[in-house]
Amino acid sequence: MTLHEPDLALHVEDLTVSYHSKPVLWDIDFDVPPGVMAAIVGPNGAGKSTLIKSVLGLVPTVAGHVTLHGRPYKAQRRRVGYVPQRSSVDWDFPTTALDVVTMGLYGRLGWLRRPGRRERDEAMAALELVGMQDFAKRQISQLSGGQQQRVFLARALVQKADVYFLDEPMAGVDATTERAIVDILRRLRDEGKTVIVVHHDLQTVRSYFDWLLILNVRVIAQGPVAEVYTADHLRKAYGGQIALLDQGTFLSGEAVAEAAERAG
Amino acid sequence: MTLVELLSDYTIQNVVAGAALLGLVSGVLGSFAVLRQQSLLGDTMSHAALPGVCLGFIIAGTREIGSILLGALATGALAALVMLLLTRMSRLKTDAGLGITLSVFFAIGVVLLTHIQGMNNASQGGLDAFLFGQAAATLRSDLWIMGGITAVALLLVAALWKEFKLVSFDPEFATSLGLPVAWLEVLLTVMVALAVVVGLQMVGVVLMAAMIIAPAVAARQWSRCLEDMVLLAALIGVAGGVFGALISALSRGLATGPLIILSVSSVVLVSMTLAPERGFLWEAVRRVRARRRLRYQQVLTTLYRLAVHHADPDYRSEQGMLDTYHGQRTRAVLRQLMRRGLVEGRDTPSDEPGPPRRWVLTPAGIDEAERVLESLGRENA
Repeated sequence: MTLHEPDLALHVEDLTVSYHSKPVLWDIDFDVPPGVMAAIVGPNGAGKSTLIKSVLGLVPTVAGHVTLHGRPYKAQRRRVGYVPQRSSVDWDFPTTALDVVTMGLYGRLGWLRRPGRRERDEAMAALELVGMQDFAKRQISQLSGGQQQRVFLARALVQKADVYFLDEPMAGVDATTERAIVDILRRLRDEGKTVIVVHHDLQTVRSYFDWLLILNVRVIAQGPVAEVYTADHLRKAYGGQIALLDQGTFLSGEAVAEAAERAG
Repeated sequence: MTLVELLSDYTIQNVVAGAALLGLVSGVLGSFAVLRQQSLLGDTMSHAALPGVCLGFIIAGTREIGSILLGALATGALAALVMLLLTRMSRLKTDAGLGITLSVFFAIGVVLLTHIQGMNNASQGGLDAFLFGQAAATLRSDLWIMGGITAVALLLVAALWKEFKLVSFDPEFATSLGLPVAWLEVLLTVMVALAVVVGLQMVGVVLMAAMIIAPAVAARQWSRCLEDMVLLAALIGVAGGVFGALISALSRGLATGPLIILSVSSVVLVSMTLAPERGFLWEAVRRVRARRRLRYQQVLTTLYRLAVHHADPDYRSEQGMLDTYHGQRTRAVLRQLMRRGLVEGRDTPSDEPGPPRRWVLTPAGIDEAERVLESLGRENA
């Protein structure tokens, strides 16, 4: 089979997703080169999470195709790591932090095989990476929000993927955890992995990320952060939400960007 | 009757063995249903089994257990499918979908049941026992069917353990790993339908849902991992089943099915109240302790603030002042603080009017008050 756009870590073309026959994502063309840390930003209801989910095949698409490193997602599952939104699961489930991390290895294990010592060691190593080794045996219901997020990150780390998708990993976590998560993601990028993050905080986009997609049902802009993070693009995506701020600050483009940062 | 006589009775043996099998299979499968927040799916499927029971009877023309159970399984599974389509295709929410499906299928079942009763077919006798169950009618041949279904279900759960666990905890992540999540969920649902079929004769369609939900809910209170929960739920199911069956055998005229449900439910009640960390009682004790600690800290910091305000670490606070500030009597709290060496009562200097004794912070009390205030500041930051 010939590779389709092999030089791109993620290539999305013409992707359209609808819910109750209303478009949630419309004609998305989105490319991410390998070895970058990319953010997906946009206002509420822009379809940020839906974009990740449709790439991973969790949400049915109406049209379009997706390739990862040149091959369709189904052939590349083992090269993908996924951190869902923390609120997507019931944290009262009777299990431990270590056990949740081990779940990241279930795909590799295959049917009928049970996780053994090797899997436990790997999961333990991942917990150490996120600084949670002391909580391995802790009930997940007793972890704080930030700790739960770290456990989810560790579960993706054991997947040893090439492309990581994270859905709002910094939402509702404390500053220390946010710092730790960013450090780990940077390390992944420096190892040549591609990290794609749904992000909600415009303030930190420029300092954390080097690639950016601004989304509002359609693609507003994409590319290196320095080129894409402009007042014009943000106003196009956020429109009214930014206009709510003091009109006086809209005189210069830079001021708008700063207003947008504060709004985020 | 003594217990030995009881257990050597052929009918009672059947009933007890059946109840144990039912408890086993519904405890194990109920755990997954409860964790997937699908407890009511069991209720819908058990009510929806009634039309199947009647259809099975009509088709077979006689009260033949094989076709009756097959019919129950078919309509139970059909109801689950209808409910799934309703919620997927329309904007109906899950609870409404379950409710509609349950009542429509159950109504059809009752109509069919009354129709059969009006046919004057001699062999229809006892078909209405499927409503509330008739454990005494359990035959050795029924036990083989129940045992077979239980064995298949347990084998599947053992073989697909980690898949079922992941699908119950995080189906989205399971999908991203490439697991056939839809099929695994269908399998779990069909197995719950099988458990319902196992229980139809014993407890009937109306109470069967409790058999699925109760052992799992009770077990959840005590367990820290899924393995423990499923094992414990199986144990509670078996124990409740056997206990209920024996009680009903010991006394005349008490229906077995409801007694099984009641004994399992009493385990739920105890577990909800007493289980460490999750029980009501535990929670209440924790709350009382927290409230008392809070009051100690409040009184202590009030004393500290008064001392700071007067720039005198030995400032003597009057009881009345503290009571007024807190809007309630603080003498008991102060006594407790004194016992812990954080405050002491000192005599008022003889030249000063007012009450004879006043309260003063000890050096340990000052340290403690500063620690409390500092931790308050940290939480606010």
